[in-house]
Amino acid sequence: MGMTVAEKILARASGLPAVKVGDVVEPKIDLAMSHENAALVINQFLEVYKETGFEAKVWDPSRVAIIFDHRVPAESAKTATNQKKVRDFVARHAISKFHDIRGDIGGICHQILPESGYVRPGAVVVGTDSHTTSHGALGAFAFGIGATEMASVWTLGYAVNIEVPATIMINVRGTFPPFVGPKDLILHIIGRLTAQGANFRVIEFHGETIRKMATSGRLVLCNMSVEAGATAGIVPADEETIRYLREEAGVANSVTLVPPDDDASYIQVLDIDVSALVPQIACPHTVDNVKPIDQVAGTPVQQIVIGSCTNGRFDDLEVAAGILRGKKVAAGTRMLVFPASGRIYQKAIDRGLVADFMKAGAVVMNPGCGPCLGIHEGALGDGEVALSTTNRNFKGRMGNPNSGVYLCSPAVAAASAVTGMITDPRKGGASA
Amino acid sequence: MTNVAFKLGDDISTDVIYPGRYMATVLPNETPQFAFADYAEFNGKLKAKKVPPGSAIVGGKNFGCGSSREQAVSTLKGYELIIVAEGFARIFLQNAINLGLRLVTAPGIEANEGDNLEIGDHQVKNLTTGTVVDIVQLPKARQVIMEAGGLIPFTRKRLMEEQQKGARKP
Repeated sequence: MGMTVAEKILARASGLPAVKVGDVVEPKIDLAMSHENAALVINQFLEVYKETGFEAKVWDPSRVAIIFDHRVPAESAKTATNQKKVRDFVARHAISKFHDIRGDIGGICHQILPESGYVRPGAVVVGTDSHTTSHGALGAFAFGIGATEMASVWTLGYAVNIEVPATIMINVRGTFPPFVGPKDLILHIIGRLTAQGANFRVIEFHGETIRKMATSGRLVLCNMSVEAGATAGIVPADEETIRYLREEAGVANSVTLVPPDDDASYIQVLDIDVSALVPQIACPHTVDNVKPIDQVAGTPVQQIVIGSCTNGRFDDLEVAAGILRGKKVAAGTRMLVFPASGRIYQKAIDRGLVADFMKAGAVVMNPGCGPCLGIHEGALGDGEVALSTTNRNFKGRMGNPNSGVYLCSPAVAAASAVTGMITDPRKGGASA
Repeated sequence: MTNVAFKLGDDISTDVIYPGRYMATVLPNETPQFAFADYAEFNGKLKAKKVPPGSAIVGGKNFGCGSSREQAVSTLKGYELIIVAEGFARIFLQNAINLGLRLVTAPGIEANEGDNLEIGDHQVKNLTTGTVVDIVQLPKARQVIMEAGGLIPFTRKRLMEEQQKGARKP
């Protein structure tokens, strides 16, 4: 029987000719990513070596990536001390894929990995972050793990006792209408599958719409696959993947594509036509509480956020700036923009987008996770509402349990900034 | 007998279990103070040691969804709570196994705060209401990690075996 992309990758990485759903495998890890929580990974890693008599040694420092993004620059002495501890470890163990708080090579881990050419089709990528699913956009099998599991990977170089997951196939056809795009598609999918609909499963994206979609859009789909519970999201690598790796990630060496077999077996198949899709909004307090925009248009919004590992890429900023240009953020509403990496920030400056945002009244912040997880900036006040291009709206997510977060595309966020209420960008952004 | 200390619904995220603003605290023994920090009453009871070890939290479907933060597990492990739910999100389930937090998957479980449960190997009986539901067992691959006492001892053992063989796994 044929294999899905996930099955093929797991078979290769486990040194087996074939695997099937439910098999227990121990795949070799091609890339192991952590962010600030490397501080906990280090703690658990040293615990593994305790009383073994062996010197604690990372199995392959060239395959470990550490990117500071969750709390940058540090918001507290505690975070700063954790970051210092990680820096010391990085130096001692000669970890080269380290991205400190910097304007040139810094940014959000799920943007830094692809743009630095660290992720290749067919790779097994683990990360101590649930949105590690993002990297399936390049045809990799990428999944989130906890800190202790990462400590195990740092020790052994492979993941222990992984069950081969079943795969859901999603076929997407049709052309997106104006102001509708990948974010609306994935919100629609999560609404249909529910927050647990893909738990312990992989989502494989297919169809003409996906083939025509840029890697930046595919990253949105795979990034939020975890919001339906998926272990991984995968877009089988193709010519666009090669274009991205060559032109945007500086990869010169050979790239091997890993397509699924024609007779691969899928546990569920979903067909979606995007030709008539309208902007989608995930309403408080679950990501699967998805509604077409007309059901929530007019809701007053106090904070607009554009950014994150989901929608902080250049084309997201370009769409938003295009809508805002020559307009003003409404009084009573504040708008925060977080480019996903220093490289994107620089391009946004060079192309005049940062000026567009600032003239409109938006605040452009440094690259990082920002307000998405309510750690150290952009918290909401009691009773306030945020409209955000981020990926989660759980109660308290943006720093305050007495507030609400709506999730949307960059186009909806920008149009709504102008009016101060949830606004359909197809209606001009002038009024609700 | 297990007393139900806290009852929750579906899709309880790790942001609810351990809010993001406390994520700068990473060491497992320092995390319990922030368990369900936004639920002041339950958090207060935990910190005042009014919830005895071995008490249960009962949840619905998809318990532990969202962020992979391991603090959401260590914070509950610190009080030796048992989590009984209709289902668990993948990363939370794996983290719980890795750290030795006891999870019981019991589809259809119905219980209120104050109810007493009898958690057997195959069934959960609500002694207060008389209802009984079946437990879904963990897959074998995960049970072996539980039996080893968690992922740290499991990995340490593998490391020792590989070092003794003088060769790492190819």
